[in-house]
Amino acid sequence: MNDIGWLILAIVYAIIAPVAGCILAGVDRKLSARMQRRQGPPIMQPYYDVRKFMEKEQITSNSVQDFYVACYLLFIIITGVLFFAGQDFLLVIFTLTLGETFLVLAAYSSGSPFSQIGAQRELYMAMAFEPIFLFVAICMYLETGSFSISDMVGSGELPSLMMIGVFLAFIYGITMKLRKSPFDLSMSHHAHQDLVRGLTTEFSGKTLAMIEISHWYENIMLLGIIALFFADGTITGFIIGLIAALVIYFVEILIDNGFARMTWQTALKSGWLVGLVLGLGNVIAYILL
Amino acid sequence: MSYSTKSPWILHYDASSCNGCDIEVLACLTPLYDLERFGIINTGDPKQADLLLITGAVNDQNKGVVKQLYEQMPEPKVVVAVGICACSGGVFRECYNILGGIDTVIPVDVYVPGCAARPESIIDGVVKGLEVLENKLNKMREGTL
Ligand code: SF4
Repeated sequence: MNDIGWLILAIVYAIIAPVAGCILAGVDRKLSARMQRRQGPPIMQPYYDVRKFMEKEQITSNSVQDFYVACYLLFIIITGVLFFAGQDFLLVIFTLTLGETFLVLAAYSSGSPFSQIGAQRELYMAMAFEPIFLFVAICMYLETGSFSISDMVGSGELPSLMMIGVFLAFIYGITMKLRKSPFDLSMSHHAHQDLVRGLTTEFSGKTLAMIEISHWYENIMLLGIIALFFADGTITGFIIGLIAALVIYFVEILIDNGFARMTWQTALKSGWLVGLVLGLGNVIAYILL
Repeated sequence: MSYSTKSPWILHYDASSCNGCDIEVLACLTPLYDLERFGIINTGDPKQADLLLITGAVNDQNKGVVKQLYEQMPEPKVVVAVGICACSGGVFRECYNILGGIDTVIPVDVYVPGCAARPESIIDGVVKGLEVLENKLNKMREGTL
């Protein structure tokens, strides 16, 4: 794919991602409900929710939190755009982390103990996920000889069986990013009573709407990263990647409904263990083989 | 129809109820009644809630909590009193510690009688509450709320 192609992909992402993310979230809730033998809300429910947040009176406990949440949304969009524009993979990781930092700052800026604990847990989750993410980048580099996503796709080296370890580690870690059980420690879409609403306890109205929209953007980007493992630069590779991403998302919903929440200690330890064994193991395998 | 009525989030508070009505409120969320099909979510966060479901007669100890929960909810908001205790004090009306119905502390929009209120009537009450929510939203837009 040439530069124009990547540019178009990035623009398409910026426009389509919230729509696709919203539908994905709706399907997620419907499937979850069906798995619990309930009828479930309409597919467009996440959209109704966000529109409702916009209609509500705005209550802000600390005015700086709105700014932080807006930055969070902005940097999540930038992350996705960078990713789909075929830019540097490391840059994507760092921008995502920056966005995450703004979310944690927003939660810390209010006095509520619930959102503070939520923010703390969010940091633990980031600590658990980040190493895995970096190992993905390193293995991508070792396989394709470049950190640039457009070069990775163009190299023709993907999909590679050599990356199976880091792929599995990424699947493990993505559960944390998608905020699914057993890793929905900082905030969860179900079981709202836990920690009241965790990280988002103090957010309401438009601020909460921004958080939801960021999730939509983020989820689509994460699915994009799954698809990257299968991207060989052809349309077939794209379609296989898309199907793989959707299948994995379905498995995540299944896991979400089948598991209880872990304590943060277990989550952190297991994240590091998986990162170390599968991620680092994969890097060592590259060096040795 | 406004979006508020398509996604009403519920905050449930037990103001010295005997737990009979609370069980019925929770029963509404089970697969048999499944409130979520109306987009209703049982949240624990007053700042994100639209409907306040209160069970039980309010007493001296928790009247402050009830008031605070009510004040923390952003407009438009609706209060639904679930069970005869919440409506008027019910069998506990004469007790020394009981103030009476919820409306002695905060304004109530919908009363759901019954001891315990059945899930069907609670759902009915919530749906009635949605009309009130819509009215309040319109008033809010006109600037009269
Ligand atoms: S109305 Fe009946 S069931 Fe409900 S709280 Fe009062 S006594 Fe209990």
